[in-house]
Amino acid sequence: MNPFRFFGARANSAPQARERLQLLLSHERALDGRSDLVVILREEILKVIAKHVSIDRDKVRVRMGKHDTLSTLEVDLEIRAPTSSLTALAS
Amino acid sequence: MAQVLVVTSGKGGVGKTTSTAALGAALAQEGQTVVVVDFDVGLRNLDLVLGAERRVVYDMINVIQGQANLNQALIRDKRVETLYLLPASQTRDKDALTDDGVARIIAELRERFDWVICDSPAGIERGATLAMRHADIAVIVTNPEVSSVRDSDRIIGMLDSKTEKAERGEWMDKFLLLTRYDHARAQRGDMLKTEDVLDILSIPLLGIIPESQDVLRASNVGSPVTINNPSSAPAKAYAEAARRLLGDTMAVTVPREKKNLFGMLFGRRAA
Repeated sequence: MNPFRFFGARANSAPQARERLQLLLSHERALDGRSDLVVILREEILKVIAKHVSIDRDKVRVRMGKHDTLSTLEVDLEIRAPTSSLTALAS
Repeated sequence: MAQVLVVTSGKGGVGKTTSTAALGAALAQEGQTVVVVDFDVGLRNLDLVLGAERRVVYDMINVIQGQANLNQALIRDKRVETLYLLPASQTRDKDALTDDGVARIIAELRERFDWVICDSPAGIERGATLAMRHADIAVIVTNPEVSSVRDSDRIIGMLDSKTEKAERGEWMDKFLLLTRYDHARAQRGDMLKTEDVLDILSIPLLGIIPESQDVLRASNVGSPVTINNPSSAPAKAYAEAARRLLGDTMAVTVPREKKNLFGMLFGRRAA
């Protein structure tokens, strides 16, 4: 058990709830045939990037943020290390 | 012109029936003629929340099957005279609720009332789809909690595809009613905030109903909270939501319960 928890150093859970929901719903909406802007953007951005570098599709996060005067699109992805260095690490 | 409004949510236990009763009563208190219709066949509860459980003689299925007419089945509220209830059947087979029968009843109610408010059962089965089928507008009752938000999203998808309005290619107005909201918890970051839920579901906000003992007390005594304790925070929130349905454009505020002296001194609880 983390002793610091006792003193209220616990991370808030609401941001996690929000992120999990956003991710889940963008998938479920796509299954329902509902067009979801984030899903469309995600697919198209991935297509363009995958042309040039190797990416792990599970490690891609696309988020839309709304603020008072502007909206933001945040794309967070991991680029795979070249295969040669991966084998080097494994050995 | 009559408006048919469905109160729906997908998930159970979020406050559909309570909200149907409170919104119906609040609209009637504004002078509108209102009928609240219980679609939860086999598990009716709107009668109980309205305190009319001992006055039910005929129900919607009796009317559909021709054993009674609408006038015999409608129950007039004893406190607000423009509020009526059409109860669901408690015992009969769910299939007795036919598409044609429901269509006929809704059409007849449209002629007689300003507002026809359909209380949907939980889930996405037949009862829920029938309750939304003829709606002009929808109120989606959601708790600031992941499972409730997810189910609401699913229901929004159904409202946009399985209703008569959607099939005619028309736009269905959908509003979010956030219930059981605990301002203090949201501020502490332990509960989804209103903005989070609005952002995720992207529908306009009709009102925020605070978590409150007054809501439970009202259903305990069988009286909608807007009648039972009109000055309480949830009653004010419902009354404002009803005024927004009537076209009032006042801003939505986060209703807070007044802290008593004890609550002020010792914090936390009152929220």
